[in-house]
Amino acid sequence: MSTVIDDHGHAADHAHGPAKGLMRWVLTTNHKDIGTMYLWFSFAMFLLGGSFAMVIRAELFQPGLQIVEPAFFNQMTTMHGLIMVFGAVMPAFVGLANWMIPLMIGAPDMALPRMNNFSFWLLPAAFLLLVSTLFSPGGGPNFGWTFYAPLSTTYAPESVTFFIFAIHLMGISSIMGAINVVATILNLRAPGMTLMKMPLFVWTWLITAFLLIAVMPVLAGCVTMMLMDIHFGTSFFSAAGGGDPVLFQHVFWFFGHPEVYIMILPAFGAVSSIIPTFSRKPLFGYTSMVYATASIAFLSFIVWAHHMFVVGIPLVGELFFMYATLLIAVPTGVKVFNWVSTMWQGSLTFETPMLFAVAFVILFTIGGFSGLMLAIAPADFQYHDTYFVVAHFHYVLVPGAIFGIFASAYYWLPKWTGHMYDETLGKLHFWLSFVGMNMAFFPMHFVGLAGMPRRVPDYNLQFADFNMVSSIGAFMFGATQIFFLFIVIKCIRGGKPAPAKPWDGAEGLEWSIPSPAPYHTFTTPPEVK
Amino acid sequence: MTRHPHVWMGLLLWSVFSQAQAAWTVNMAPGATEVSHAVFDLHMTIFWICVVIGIIVFGAMFWSMIVHRRSTGQVAAKFHESTTVEILWTVVPLLILVAMAIPATKTLINIYDSSESDIDIQVTGYQWKWHYKYLGQDVEFFSNLATPAEQIQNKATKGEHYLLEVDQPLVLPVGAKVRFLVTAADVIHSWWVPAFAVKRDAIPGFVNEAWTRVEKPGIYRGQCAELCGKDHGFMPIVVEVKSKADYETWLGERKEEAAKLKELTSKEWTLEELVARGDKVYHTTCVACHQAEGQGLPPMFPALKGSKIATGPAADHLSIVYHGKPGTAMAAFGKQLSEVDIAAVVTYERNAWGNNKGDMVTPKDVLAIKQAESQ
Repeated sequence: MSTVIDDHGHAADHAHGPAKGLMRWVLTTNHKDIGTMYLWFSFAMFLLGGSFAMVIRAELFQPGLQIVEPAFFNQMTTMHGLIMVFGAVMPAFVGLANWMIPLMIGAPDMALPRMNNFSFWLLPAAFLLLVSTLFSPGGGPNFGWTFYAPLSTTYAPESVTFFIFAIHLMGISSIMGAINVVATILNLRAPGMTLMKMPLFVWTWLITAFLLIAVMPVLAGCVTMMLMDIHFGTSFFSAAGGGDPVLFQHVFWFFGHPEVYIMILPAFGAVSSIIPTFSRKPLFGYTSMVYATASIAFLSFIVWAHHMFVVGIPLVGELFFMYATLLIAVPTGVKVFNWVSTMWQGSLTFETPMLFAVAFVILFTIGGFSGLMLAIAPADFQYHDTYFVVAHFHYVLVPGAIFGIFASAYYWLPKWTGHMYDETLGKLHFWLSFVGMNMAFFPMHFVGLAGMPRRVPDYNLQFADFNMVSSIGAFMFGATQIFFLFIVIKCIRGGKPAPAKPWDGAEGLEWSIPSPAPYHTFTTPPEVK
Repeated sequence: MTRHPHVWMGLLLWSVFSQAQAAWTVNMAPGATEVSHAVFDLHMTIFWICVVIGIIVFGAMFWSMIVHRRSTGQVAAKFHESTTVEILWTVVPLLILVAMAIPATKTLINIYDSSESDIDIQVTGYQWKWHYKYLGQDVEFFSNLATPAEQIQNKATKGEHYLLEVDQPLVLPVGAKVRFLVTAADVIHSWWVPAFAVKRDAIPGFVNEAWTRVEKPGIYRGQCAELCGKDHGFMPIVVEVKSKADYETWLGERKEEAAKLKELTSKEWTLEELVARGDKVYHTTCVACHQAEGQGLPPMFPALKGSKIATGPAADHLSIVYHGKPGTAMAAFGKQLSEVDIAAVVTYERNAWGNNKGDMVTPKDVLAIKQAESQ
């Protein structure tokens, strides 16, 4: 790299800063700029999807219909799910990958910078298209984020076509982002950075990227078949024409289950950096962590029908998917045990990233326990499509994916902004989120077991008290996230200057460069011993 | 411990929520069938396994968080791997899972054995009601939500069984093996009665099987469990389990009613009689989409008030109600309602909300379509 001829007529050591004005962001190919845009975009979507959740919780605050009609309620649950999955969690992890993977492996940028720009800018277009459907006659998608046919085909509002096109755009964006991650990790590692020396965040992202490349085309196929059924008279998902509505669910969950791990594996990686830092002790069982991640990724392809235990698949199929699903508990358990062993006999401190990381381990494990319960097929006959399931996947997604993202944000904010965030405010953000989140989602286990189905705008009086508690917790959690915005802006605008390595226990190449990270880093690759 | 685990869990949680127990139900109920008891036991077993693992894992974490702090002067140890420990915590969970899978497999095999049933009932999900047909008995009926709209709109006090009450419950005899043949007419629904631990998706074009044998008489309530559109939250299931003798009496009465309904078809109806009957039919069957004042919810559910169909030729109006409109939510009611009810509701729609056509469709007109199609 050092032999590249500088033909700009400047001195060779004169690094280019960013371009000025709006066009910097439109045309940028810089991994840090693109990472920043991904992170802001995902946060905006997080607030939008969150505001839809507030509408849901406001309607469910009391029994009876108060705020919205059932038809609009269904649009809210659908859009909340779609926006949180495809708009908030996935882009946030792509943003972290853009920022951190080159810094962690000693690369100057992502391997395919122009494609990187394109994969970001597809997202605002996709979500503009998706959210605009709310204003269309007949309303937006109202068939749940899982959009089961024929509710999403024959019986769908006309805006479903916009929804399909939006999903296609998101899929293209994700696939390009994933190819970029794979190309970067496999080609741009600094000399001496062997695969088994990579930080776990890089490992988990590499595996996540392969999952994305494998399953996003399946989702694209699924929505294309819907498009064909709706507009071109085919009958993939209609029994009347020789198709099968259950086929939709098989195809969807073949995408959908790996998708669940796409949303959690990068968080596993980030937490595997953060816990050793604040325990001042190396990660326990690095090799087993890598193998556990790979096993989880493999198993995620052969468990999809556990989402379909009540559709009437044959006994043998039911047993296979039950056993395979139970198996996932083994590598996941290994990960949790490794994190706990990393903390064991460490020298622990609890800065905000560590608080979020510890809460991640505890609460994700609780979500894992309910997952284990859901894997027992006969018991799933009672849990399926109740609030118990809602509690389960919010426990793995909110304190799992979202807390993982918060932990990462606080951990690397000094590197991104050059300032320390306000520790007191960060801790306050954590505790308000922690209490709000548990208050919102823990009672959902109870109402689910007591028999409340999911995706209903109204319920029997026996569920009233816990629903009110849930709503109060949800409002608290929601309001707290505006406070997070304030903390981040405060950190960008000023604060104690951050040293190159603000955390004394941290390891890794990203801490070898100054804070804030210069616009161009590792133009000469570092040597890794 | 697994014999009365709910007692312990109840005590545990009662100490946390020492409120009125009815409003703070925290656990699944054991239910009223052999299968539901088995499922409940599985649920509690896996729950307690999780609790024990949780105590060990979280115990170690909290111990570490309290004792191994830098503020207490703790110096970090250096260890970072141990193959023995890794093997141990791979194999032990595996054994626990195998131990858990065995009883789960047994229960599942039992759930799937729907052979040798005493009674067969076809359960069909519609947007948004259930239809029950006693196979070989000539008894069939729809089961609609009975909760008044005023309660849902908060204009009246909500009853104890708010949203869990229907006009005509499914009736079963106690102790008999009942097989359900579950299907749907439009979108996917899911028939769920928690007390029986029966939940089966109702899929249009396919028939799923499930069965139950209820141990004691009583009224059991459930709901549709699969998102099926606007009124998914408003299509409950109520099952009334009666003694064998009471069940036979009920079945006999239903058969007589069915015979009477057939006589009504040949009766000479007046406009007023048809409108009065149609008013009732409209408000149980059509109101969810076309709304109380016939204003609909455009564009998904068109208005009937002043509409071209409802004020145009009666034959076209009848044809749409009878055959439905493919590709839309409008179902073919020819298969759902009796001749009398179709005639009544079409007549009602043509004369309500200022449509005032003054004409009528008779049950004989409907019968004519039916006969023409069966030839």
